[in-house]
Amino acid sequence: MTDSLPSSEAKQARASEAADRAFRWLTAAMALAVLVILGATGFSMFWGGRLAFQTFGLHFIVSTDWDAVSHQFGALIPIYGTLVTAAISLIIGVPASFGIAFTLTETAPRWLRQPLSVAVELLASIPSIIYGMWGLFVFAPFMAADIEPWLNDHLANAPVLSTLFTGPPIGIGMLTAGIILGIMIIPFISSVMWTVFNAVPPQLKESAIALGATRSEVMMKVTLPYTRNAVVGAIFLGLGRALGETMAVTFVLGNAHEFAKSLLMPGNSIAAVIANEFTEADSPIYTSSLIALGFLLFVVTFIVLAIARLFLYRLGRIEGARP
Amino acid sequence: MNLLVLRRKLFDAVMIALSLGATAFTLFWLAWILWTTVTQGASALKLSIFTQMTPPPGSDGGLLNAFFGSFMMVVLGVVIATPIGVLAAIYLAEYKRGTRVAGVIGFVNDILLSAPSIVIGLFIYELLVLPFGHFSGYAGGVALAMIMLPIVVRSSAVALELVPPETREAALALGLPRWKVTLSVIARAARPGIITGLLLGVARISGETAPLLFTALNNQYWTANPGAPMANIPVVIFQYAMSPYDNWHALAWAGAFIVMLFVLTLGIITRVVFRQGARS
Repeated sequence: MTDSLPSSEAKQARASEAADRAFRWLTAAMALAVLVILGATGFSMFWGGRLAFQTFGLHFIVSTDWDAVSHQFGALIPIYGTLVTAAISLIIGVPASFGIAFTLTETAPRWLRQPLSVAVELLASIPSIIYGMWGLFVFAPFMAADIEPWLNDHLANAPVLSTLFTGPPIGIGMLTAGIILGIMIIPFISSVMWTVFNAVPPQLKESAIALGATRSEVMMKVTLPYTRNAVVGAIFLGLGRALGETMAVTFVLGNAHEFAKSLLMPGNSIAAVIANEFTEADSPIYTSSLIALGFLLFVVTFIVLAIARLFLYRLGRIEGARP
Repeated sequence: MNLLVLRRKLFDAVMIALSLGATAFTLFWLAWILWTTVTQGASALKLSIFTQMTPPPGSDGGLLNAFFGSFMMVVLGVVIATPIGVLAAIYLAEYKRGTRVAGVIGFVNDILLSAPSIVIGLFIYELLVLPFGHFSGYAGGVALAMIMLPIVVRSSAVALELVPPETREAALALGLPRWKVTLSVIARAARPGIITGLLLGVARISGETAPLLFTALNNQYWTANPGAPMANIPVVIFQYAMSPYDNWHALAWAGAFIVMLFVLTLGIITRVVFRQGARS
């Protein structure tokens, strides 16, 4: 077709085709960069941690050692702290998020819904370092002065709770860190929840209401079953955040490398150890052990976040399939 | 029969009350954190914060070098993340919409979106600090760009997909080449959404601390050279808050207050831009 055009126009058409192809390749390269970044991040953690993995092998994951002088490092204490604080955060964050989503979709007056959701989203935009500072200077002293003495007084004789919730009331510790994490993940979980609750077809809810269902019954028997996948996805999303959060917990965990049964005792988490000790690491094996911890964190959060996205995408597909 | 009705009504009332309680519980923490930051920060605010450098222990000073360093690194992050992010979004939304390739890249992007920022910090340390043998403002800026990139990709792709297909067809029918249609017609139509993403990204990276700890580190003195370690507000807040000195604590609160004010203002601007985009 270009042959029949005058030569200058043909040249122009060819140039514009070349520009089109170049532009397309440019955008493709940038999109590929997203994949490369994730892959390179994982690989660089693995590469940086290889000395620790070679030296300690699988023992690294089950060892409680953390001795910078004799060069013995193990990840069990930080792993334990990460899991415990994340578990506490879910226990607080999930019910609170569900309550907010229920209020926002079913019971709050319409004029209040917008400001309420903006307020909850504000929690997500506060930088984590501010949570950390507030935790260190305000919340930890409050825990030490008011909450922890009360726990010590009232739970001393309870069977399991006494091990978990009694101890020195110092404010800094796994319970404090877990509570702060719980507050931090609320906006992430609740915003997904109320988005999907709002997306439930009104006919389904109206049918249930017509049969005489209360608002709670509509939620538990219609909305929740309909959006189950997305709700699970939202919880995993919050878990991913809680596992990887750094600054907020670094301030209030206490950077302790001893195993403690009590949640009131200082502990550690993977992210907090790295933040606290990375610039002070004075031997290759020390640095490598910290990067190896980063690799473990990367792998675990990758899996958790991938599960979250799979659950959320499944919902998207079901909704897309509906007319 | 009556008992059943009573039980159902009771369950309903309890659940509504608990949910209201959960909402109040969340707002209570929000108010507490905001209140602490505002009162502590406002009482620590002085003019010298904007005119003096970060002080050695025990003496007075300001945060000027840290503000400047943060500004430089955020600008660097935006300059790197914006073109990459928007072009990647164009590939996903314009060339590969609905395909498996777009699905996989979008999936990976969503994972990066909530990946732990400390891991990004370690990655940039391995990439840009270790080979050069010293911490630098460049490394800090690149680390911030990594955090910002997935936000830009996500919101730009969504904005581009919302442009009506007729717009594209009309522009193509005029005989414009595809790249020109994409950049000057479709990207322009999607501009409010793209800008929203950029603002969200800036808000996110201006408070990020973890990725800067091992990349930009800190610098007690004024430097405009990003090739050297560079002071920045988040790391200064971290180090000063962890210190035992009261005047350092006050500076940390002042820094935290200003960062929070900045982030919340950006949030409001984002909403306004987004609403204008939705109206037009």
